[in-house]
Amino acid sequence: MSGFATLLYKEVLRFWKVSFQTVAAPVLSALLYLLVFAHALSGHVEAFPGVSYVQFLIPGLAMMSMLQNAFANASSSLIQSKITGNIVFILLPPLAPAEIFLAYLLAAMVRAVVVGFGVFAATAWFVPLPLAHPLWVLAFGIVGSGMLAALGIVAGIQSEKFDQLAGFQNFIVMPLTFLAGVFYSVHSLPPFWQAVSRLNPFFYAVDGFRYGFFGQADIAPAASLAIATAAFAALSCFTLLLLHRGYKLRY
Amino acid sequence: MPAVEVRDVEKRFGRGREDVRALAGVSLAIERGEFFGLLGPNGAGKTTLISALGGLVIPDAGRLAVMGHDVRRDYREARRSVGIVPQEIVFDPFFTVRETLEIQSGYFGLRRNGAWIDELLEKLALTGKARANMRSLSGGMKRRVMVAQALVHRPPVIVLDEPTAGVDVELRQTLWAFIRGLNAAGHTILLTTHYLEEAQQLCSRIAMMKEGRIVALDSTARLLSAFSERVLRVKLDGCDLPAVLGAGAARDDAGWWRIPVQGAAHVENALAELRRAGAAVESLEVAEPELEEVFVKIMHQDAVAESVR
Repeated sequence: MSGFATLLYKEVLRFWKVSFQTVAAPVLSALLYLLVFAHALSGHVEAFPGVSYVQFLIPGLAMMSMLQNAFANASSSLIQSKITGNIVFILLPPLAPAEIFLAYLLAAMVRAVVVGFGVFAATAWFVPLPLAHPLWVLAFGIVGSGMLAALGIVAGIQSEKFDQLAGFQNFIVMPLTFLAGVFYSVHSLPPFWQAVSRLNPFFYAVDGFRYGFFGQADIAPAASLAIATAAFAALSCFTLLLLHRGYKLRY
Repeated sequence: MPAVEVRDVEKRFGRGREDVRALAGVSLAIERGEFFGLLGPNGAGKTTLISALGGLVIPDAGRLAVMGHDVRRDYREARRSVGIVPQEIVFDPFFTVRETLEIQSGYFGLRRNGAWIDELLEKLALTGKARANMRSLSGGMKRRVMVAQALVHRPPVIVLDEPTAGVDVELRQTLWAFIRGLNAAGHTILLTTHYLEEAQQLCSRIAMMKEGRIVALDSTARLLSAFSERVLRVKLDGCDLPAVLGAGAARDDAGWWRIPVQGAAHVENALAELRRAGAAVESLEVAEPELEEVFVKIMHQDAVAESVR
């Protein structure tokens, strides 16, 4: 096994060994959101013609969970290794910056996909969902979770303490995922907030992901994919630069 | 080509007032197969130097190479050539001892490393703990796993940063027997320790560091003969030292006389003088040259030189 494959395996094993906390818990949270919001809002909101609010909600909730868990996996793994000091076991071997980047990125994406599947599996038996364009679902699933996985690596590198990481989580990731049109169609917002939503790269991931299921979206899916991919690529380049310089890892 | 080459390495930490010059132009070369000791008080720069060797610290100036491979430009080969046991006890609580060693092998691209892992476990008395989670191990056992982790890729150069701090006597001896064996098999060893007795027994050459600089670098034997000597220590019962022995002798706070002696004949001579003078000897011993004395003298000498400057 190459160094990269080992680090990827180790990172997957790390979250899998505590999957109750890393997979089951976020699936349960998504179900609770579904229960509460569907009960409170169904009948008040019809986002797309012919799509019930509960149906509308599920892909958004799945994507939100994927985004949050991709971020959580990469960032918490890195900060734990940094704080406990066992990051040296990754820094001393001959691993290239790109290998470290890809291993943390892919492990976070694996967790995101497992959680996403979990949300669909848990809801499939009471809410039937169409699947209009599976390839769009796949593409947005990959780009969305990749974007947050890269952001998670940046946060894990940047943070020196758990509260700094919590700052990232609470002031960047949570607001941006909540305001990404998970619970509503942005067309239901006033023009100003519609414009603000369009500055949020997470919004394109949620909107495009939903297009894959319903064949309808607020933005043309190709445009969403282009924007989300650009954000993913920019974050990836930035992360690679940090790793290459050894920023906050090699002093 | 030396096993380790360090040339004009400088490193500062922090900025402004808290600026610390951790390495202030360090140069040294460690030949292949040497058992080399790096000594110095806390904060002298030993760990910074070792970290720079492993790529954990990026120097501001100078270059470092392991087995001829530059640690920056040719980092893959350099890191394959060195195994570093960090000073702090660190471990990954998610894995067992065996998983830890298999994963560490994987980072070096080693797929079928089972036989060597078994051997490491056996030599370090960890076989019984192979399936135990890292969290459940005692400090000394964790330390041994760290030694095994540093050796999974059979590096030609092995660096141990205070490996015996807080480790019990039996384990210390097992560890040293193992490391001596590796040295005999051709591995180059670089050791830092605060136990000067250990350094004296194990190291063929020693560098002493202080405030980011090397203040002494020579073979252990030469350092001992230059800065320390064999002495006859005697405690006399209510009488003074005979004048004939007075030259070069000194009395310490506990009332022991230290009489420099070169060899066994000299010891006999000194005892004969004591008898002739009718001195009542309460107790006596012959003390061999000690690295501790060398260390204290060199550190002090340097301080004197600095105050003059």
